[in-house]
Amino acid sequence: MIVAEQKPLEEIKELIGDAQKVLVVGCGTCVTVCFAGGEREAQILASSLRMSSKLKGHPQDVTDITVQRQCEWEYLDPIGEEVKEADVVVSLGCGIGVQAIAERFPDTWVVPGLNTTFMGLPEEQGIWSERCAACGDCLLGLTGGICPIARCSKSLLNGPCGGSEDGHCEIDPDTDCAWQLIYDRLERLGKLELLMKIQPPKNWSTSRDGGPRKIIREDLRLIEEESAS
Amino acid sequence: MNDKAQKTLVGSNLEHILQDGQFAVTGELGPPQSADGEVIREKMILLRTYVDAVNITDNQTAIVRMSSIGAGTILVNEGMEPVIQMTCRDRNRLAIQSDLLGAYALGMRNLLCLSGDHQNFGNHPTSKNVFDIDSIQMVKMVADMRDEGIFQCGDEFKGEKPCFYIGAAAAPFADPINFRPYRLGKKVNAGADFIQTQLVYDVEAFEEYMEKVRELGLHEQTHILAGVGPLKSPGMARYMKNNVPGILVPDKIIDRMNEAGRPWADIKKDEMTKEDKKARSQAWREEGIQICIDLIRELQEIEGVHGVHIMAIEWEKAIKPIVEGADLYPRPEVKV
Repeated sequence: MIVAEQKPLEEIKELIGDAQKVLVVGCGTCVTVCFAGGEREAQILASSLRMSSKLKGHPQDVTDITVQRQCEWEYLDPIGEEVKEADVVVSLGCGIGVQAIAERFPDTWVVPGLNTTFMGLPEEQGIWSERCAACGDCLLGLTGGICPIARCSKSLLNGPCGGSEDGHCEIDPDTDCAWQLIYDRLERLGKLELLMKIQPPKNWSTSRDGGPRKIIREDLRLIEEESAS
Repeated sequence: MNDKAQKTLVGSNLEHILQDGQFAVTGELGPPQSADGEVIREKMILLRTYVDAVNITDNQTAIVRMSSIGAGTILVNEGMEPVIQMTCRDRNRLAIQSDLLGAYALGMRNLLCLSGDHQNFGNHPTSKNVFDIDSIQMVKMVADMRDEGIFQCGDEFKGEKPCFYIGAAAAPFADPINFRPYRLGKKVNAGADFIQTQLVYDVEAFEEYMEKVRELGLHEQTHILAGVGPLKSPGMARYMKNNVPGILVPDKIIDRMNEAGRPWADIKKDEMTKEDKKARSQAWREEGIQICIDLIRELQEIEGVHGVHIMAIEWEKAIKPIVEGADLYPRPEVKV
């Protein structure tokens, strides 16, 4: 899932400025699961903004609403009225949600309330960590299901650098060395020979390096060919 | 060494010495955090005639310094032989190849391919890193430029190829330790002509590593230079033991350093005069140099060790007494 965390309140207040009518829009999917931008967080943020503006002597009209998924038009369209009435929308969706609102409501000023951080999983209650970098050319089949692109600090493809110590990465004792994890797993599964082959330079064109990405599935498109022509 | 014999000879001093089976000595030179070429010339004088080639770091520890190729050009112009370092951290495959074409045109012949320290450790921790390719892929890319006459993309060279004597690093004591000899094997298979190891203080552990290396036959396919470096103080020894991944410092070496400072051990901290501190530092440094000499002598005995790389960063003066003390002076003359 997409993991995010809320921006500091001060930064959000600065982004809102002195707008009179503020709408906080939560999202019911990934950021709800990671406790960053769901219904509960939207309510708390709205209430904090109300209180803080009141204390400053310029009370702002802050309301909140949460949609199932900010990244799909069908969930955004039903809140069109509320969005259009607001001077500013604070999106508590990921970066995709913020952009979806901007795209769907061209006349609305929208600001982000979250920092979208990574694609990952909850290791345990309260701890999330990165797992995928969306490189567009998955090599997990070579590395025992552990991604060196997302999880090695240098995205190395041919084994660990000299900074691997006691299972962690030299950049931070709280960061696992991905290559130690890969080595241990391949050893357990009797597949260490996978590490002996020299992996060639990666094709990064499928990643962000190839420019903004798009998938077109002709088999799924609903094109009315005749009316289009 | 049969495979090697067929490879293009690049004609560098370092290559000649290693191919001749002589024990090579290289030294490290850290460029300044400035545009002052005089610093390079001053340090160079301390290394001249004592080493076969001078290894010039590439933004080591991710701190911005004069470029390795820039500093290397100064050395070439002064008639000395550099080993250029190139890391994967700051350049993508286009920039690496292009800079190497320039380095070759400027007269550089030896290259050390490194992943590079993560920028977290340096003075620009908020920078973006590159890591388009890794060090093993870089070795292969440079070997292909030389031996196959192709760029990384597969395009053929139309003019002169860069023919580098290609080096790579090895971290014998980093984790996962069982994989280390195999990772060295990957570097050798990728085309590494010589290998420079992380600092060795624990000769016993290094011997175990070399045993495995010999089992794999790697010592006959590449030239291994063991990394050594003089300690400046017991504190430095402890710091490396506890804080630097992949460096083992046995207690007996820390004890030797402590022992060297024994005459000052009973003086209270606030009663130490400047002269005391200076004398103690001097005693420590002398012992550090002696330990380094002793290590070199032990390393010379290990089958498959073809030389040493002396890392005396910001203490280039130490190179002379180390090389002389280990009876590695004068260096062999090479007719290039």
